[in-house]
Amino acid sequence: MMHVIETKNLTKRFGKLTAVNRLSFKVNEGEIFGLLGPNGAGKTTTLSMLATLLPPSAGTASVGGFDVRKESSKVRHSIGFVFQDPSSDDLLSGRENLYLHALMYGVDMRNINEKMDDVLKLVDLTARQHERVRNYSGGMRRRLELARGLLHEPKILFLDEPTLGLDPQTRQHLWSYIKGLSKEKNVTIIITTHYMEEADMLCDRLAIIDHGRIVALDTPGNMKKKLGGDVIRLQVSRPNLAALKRLRYVKRVQRDNGVLVLTVTDASKHIQEILKAVGSVENVEMRAPTLNDVFLHYTGSEIRDQEGEGGFFERMVNSNR
Amino acid sequence: MSEITGLYALWLREFKVFLREKSRIVSSLVQPLLWLVIFGTGLGSSIEGISGTSYTSFIYPGILAMTVLFGSLFFGLYIIFDRRVDFLKEVLVAPLSRTTIFFGKVMGGATDGIIEIAILMVLGALFFSIHFSILSAIATVLIILLLMVSILSVGLIIGSVMTSPEGFGLISSFVIFPLFFLSGALFPVQNLPSWLYLFVVINPVTYAVDALRTVILGIGSFGLPLDFAVMIGFALAMVAIGTQAFKRMKV
Repeated sequence: MMHVIETKNLTKRFGKLTAVNRLSFKVNEGEIFGLLGPNGAGKTTTLSMLATLLPPSAGTASVGGFDVRKESSKVRHSIGFVFQDPSSDDLLSGRENLYLHALMYGVDMRNINEKMDDVLKLVDLTARQHERVRNYSGGMRRRLELARGLLHEPKILFLDEPTLGLDPQTRQHLWSYIKGLSKEKNVTIIITTHYMEEADMLCDRLAIIDHGRIVALDTPGNMKKKLGGDVIRLQVSRPNLAALKRLRYVKRVQRDNGVLVLTVTDASKHIQEILKAVGSVENVEMRAPTLNDVFLHYTGSEIRDQEGEGGFFERMVNSNR
Repeated sequence: MSEITGLYALWLREFKVFLREKSRIVSSLVQPLLWLVIFGTGLGSSIEGISGTSYTSFIYPGILAMTVLFGSLFFGLYIIFDRRVDFLKEVLVAPLSRTTIFFGKVMGGATDGIIEIAILMVLGALFFSIHFSILSAIATVLIILLLMVSILSVGLIIGSVMTSPEGFGLISSFVIFPLFFLSGALFPVQNLPSWLYLFVVINPVTYAVDALRTVILGIGSFGLPLDFAVMIGFALAMVAIGTQAFKRMKV
């Protein structure tokens, strides 16, 4: 089967730093594929290489069947790109930005007006289309850029942190647009994000990236299932780790910001025994695993807490595992 | 085909932005008028005039060249701001060759510049007793265009390697002002001490000023063939370097 995107050992080095390290993955047609990872994990660099904005240091990548190195112009014709930072001209109106985009992408200009009307309607900007982008809110600007990315009807759409800095309501809106695109128009969408919720809600499949490497690749559902149990978070000042270790149904013990995070099979059945074994518990929370737990499992740190890894206590917990 | 519509798109963007930033047009005209009115009259009232023309008339062609120097160089440098608001990314990811993007910028900048120069030409004819014939007006625009393409390219070359606008002051001090002062815009080049003359003749802008002065006032030092040879050579070289610089430019 032909994949819309395929990378083999894709690598990017900046001097001594290896930003993307031998990335290999395949994306199917019509899929929403997520690259999830903390800031600096190499997500944007990966997208930039796929969009032919950065040449790879090593490895290969094909987008829409075209090699990103040898056929960069064909690649750029078949993709749309919505950047992390605003990239519309704020002295021009929303509609003018779209018009320039259509000219630059060689869109058939005969029915350009209908096309612009369509995408503007899709992102609810019809009423404000003649206003200068300078007067738009962050969310409106993002929506305009999404519309612009769709104007030349690309088969593949790259979204780099599309909801960064947007309010929850706008974010929900954007999600439904993005989902609709993939379902109704069969557009393949590659999205980078560091929001767990977004990755969980939106992505059909997902690659977790840390330090430029893929540490896990699966559907969000499977990833959670693979953890093999529920999550219990305990606040304990002096935990009895040795006792916990003896309990067979405790699959994993990790430390996160002073909280013990246990992965437990059939948690509700065993909670009493765990509480007894661990010592005096100040606070307890039990739930089904989320992507955050998956992330914690693969990277050893929660996404919002990137400095706090590798402390003495953590090393002790990990060595006890 | 899409390269041509792309070129049109890039030009259209620059032109629309130019029309909307009216303050930019006004401020680009204030500086040359200050030079002509205050400096020209001020210095002109204590010297007799040069080669039979008033001092203000004498520096008028040089002030046109200066307007190009400042306007076009900074226009090129402004791609740093494009990069900051990331509009440049949108352009660079479009399926257009870097050569097209470069020429789109040059065309946009030249359009803006020619409008400013046309206004200065009208003002020159109305208030500074400069006489343009149809032929000399066309020749003036042609010379200005050649200089503009060169200086726009220089600006774009510098802008494509600069990453922040902090260096703008340095560019003014070390590029624009030396090129301006050493171009003979403000003084005749014949009687200079040899060390200064050397700097003047290796400055390509000198030949633009000389050509302008020849077609507008009938006073020249090097002759139009040499002037045009140097200007065309300079423009071609800068365009060649500029397109290469754009091909190498990182996003």
